[in-house]
Amino acid sequence: MPLPKDLIRISPTTWELPVTFKKGMLVPARIIASEKLINAMEDAVFEQAANVACLSGITGYSYCMPDGHWGYGFPIGGLAAMDPERGVISPGGIGFDINCGMRLVLTNLTEEEVRPRLHDLVNRLFSRIPTGVGCHGTLKVKESEFRHIAEQGSRWCLKKGYAVAEDLELTEEGGCFTGGDSAKVSNKAIERGLEQLGTLGSGNHYCEIQVARPENVLDQKIARSFGITIPNQVVIMFHCGSRGFGHQIATDYLQRFLKVMGPKYGLSVTDRELACAPFRSPEGQDYYAAMKCAVNMAFANRQMILHRIREVFSDIFHRDPFDLGLRMLYDVAHNTAKLERHLIDGAPRELLVHRKGATRSLGPGSPELPACYRESGQPVIIGGSMETGSYLLSGMTGSNATFATTAHGSGRTMSRHQAKKLFRGDRLQQQLEQRGIYIMTDSLGGLAEEAGGAYKDIDEVAAVTELAGLSKRIVKLLPMGNIKG
Amino acid sequence: MPYRFLETVATADIAFEAWGSTMEEMFVEAAEATLNVMVADVTTVARRETLTLVLENDAVDMLLFDFLGELVFIKDTHRLLLRVINIAIKDENGMLELAVTLAGEKIDPGRHPLQVDVKGVTLHLFEVVKTGGVWKTTVVLDI
Repeated sequence: MPLPKDLIRISPTTWELPVTFKKGMLVPARIIASEKLINAMEDAVFEQAANVACLSGITGYSYCMPDGHWGYGFPIGGLAAMDPERGVISPGGIGFDINCGMRLVLTNLTEEEVRPRLHDLVNRLFSRIPTGVGCHGTLKVKESEFRHIAEQGSRWCLKKGYAVAEDLELTEEGGCFTGGDSAKVSNKAIERGLEQLGTLGSGNHYCEIQVARPENVLDQKIARSFGITIPNQVVIMFHCGSRGFGHQIATDYLQRFLKVMGPKYGLSVTDRELACAPFRSPEGQDYYAAMKCAVNMAFANRQMILHRIREVFSDIFHRDPFDLGLRMLYDVAHNTAKLERHLIDGAPRELLVHRKGATRSLGPGSPELPACYRESGQPVIIGGSMETGSYLLSGMTGSNATFATTAHGSGRTMSRHQAKKLFRGDRLQQQLEQRGIYIMTDSLGGLAEEAGGAYKDIDEVAAVTELAGLSKRIVKLLPMGNIKG
Repeated sequence: MPYRFLETVATADIAFEAWGSTMEEMFVEAAEATLNVMVADVTTVARRETLTLVLENDAVDMLLFDFLGELVFIKDTHRLLLRVINIAIKDENGMLELAVTLAGEKIDPGRHPLQVDVKGVTLHLFEVVKTGGVWKTTVVLDI
């Protein structure tokens, strides 16, 4: 597909669409990509990045990360920083799955120790962490309790014995966005969330047992500071978000914003999925308080899954999970909007940073990081497909240019239906088993949609983030076992 | 063909078009397409439970958005997969009222060939148009 003729390459990894590309653009749109990745991007990415550049209050550039692909409203991989005083908040810039994110958990076990128990582990994880269409969790809470979860996030888990204090320290924002107000959340959203705590969901959500082989440790010093210290060390990575709760909040506010944005605030958008409201308006503030509840539910959801993982490993190895070294490495959110301070023209400014399929990536020395990561920079977790592996990276100071942001995954290149035509789930499962990757799933059709060939080259995506100065590759992690929804 | 999936639209999600000679038929087909995203063979969903819904909106597209959203909500809260039994849409002075009877059963991975979960209905490219007596909708579902 030909690239837009207005697209200018301004560095080996940065491409720019000027404001003349589309009427209404307030700032240029910048896409971080190599030549190979930019050529693989769909037209919709350019259109959507340009649409985002039209949103009121956008500062600097509308960005798209190297894993970017066709989303709704924003592209997936989209990033926009808004002036909070005159800019908007848009649910379409955060995604329906609010605080979808990645968590990486260490063990002190080696591949040699885990391999003989791999089937037992994967099967037990599959039975303990509900996956798939309409899945419900084993923990059902009352409405009043759920409201506490929505306001407290992982802090609730700590109080209930589902977390240790260190888990919270090693979660973005300490596992709780303060200011979540469940009074701003509909009863429907609460009802959808009640039985979904501790569930993985479907689509591209997964929990994977991985190995850090010595040849894939790319920076020994930082890997060591992250806790990757032994050859063939096993880790567990998982990907999920706020489930139906977050989706209902996004749906509710999308409809509410559509009703007021034109008549009350004189705002218009080219795609209704970009519905927005001034951040400082009553509607904008209500959504922000409700969105924080979904962020907190997602932190609690991932914390409950970590608790189940600890139980499963403990059961299979008959040892205390902390003796097995089951410690958090880090938890990153990749679908959020957050007030952050960034340097603009040398002066610090508060900005509302929307990240939709994009990961915060704080460089070394950032005071917001836990002390243990202040020297290295923030751990960044980029999940790949179950065939090709994933990356652990560290934030670089070059990310100041992108409001401390990097990629979030490998990014799809093929639609779900195209993937199902090309790949068969049962065959893929057998092929992967022959390669030593054991997979359990509710849906072989869903498995085919997640085949490695449906995604961009994760090595290329990770390398581009490093070349662009956003995040440095530390360890490539290879899959051993995976549960998929 | 009452509905078809759009293979090159919305890479990570699922898009479809659904048609009907009446507004009601188009609603039924859109519901079937949404169910078909989750279950490969919708005929495996038996009529074990029935329920009725009444929804109102002044715009036909947003009425369909509300209806599909409600099906996703019921799937999440009651684990029910549903098909339309009866449907009527009345226009009361510009306010459209949808009355629908649905029948189905709880999700049973043993009998239902499950695919991917539908998490939400998006407004990206969402539209309802009537051309030459045919109602048509385009929907992108969040996966």
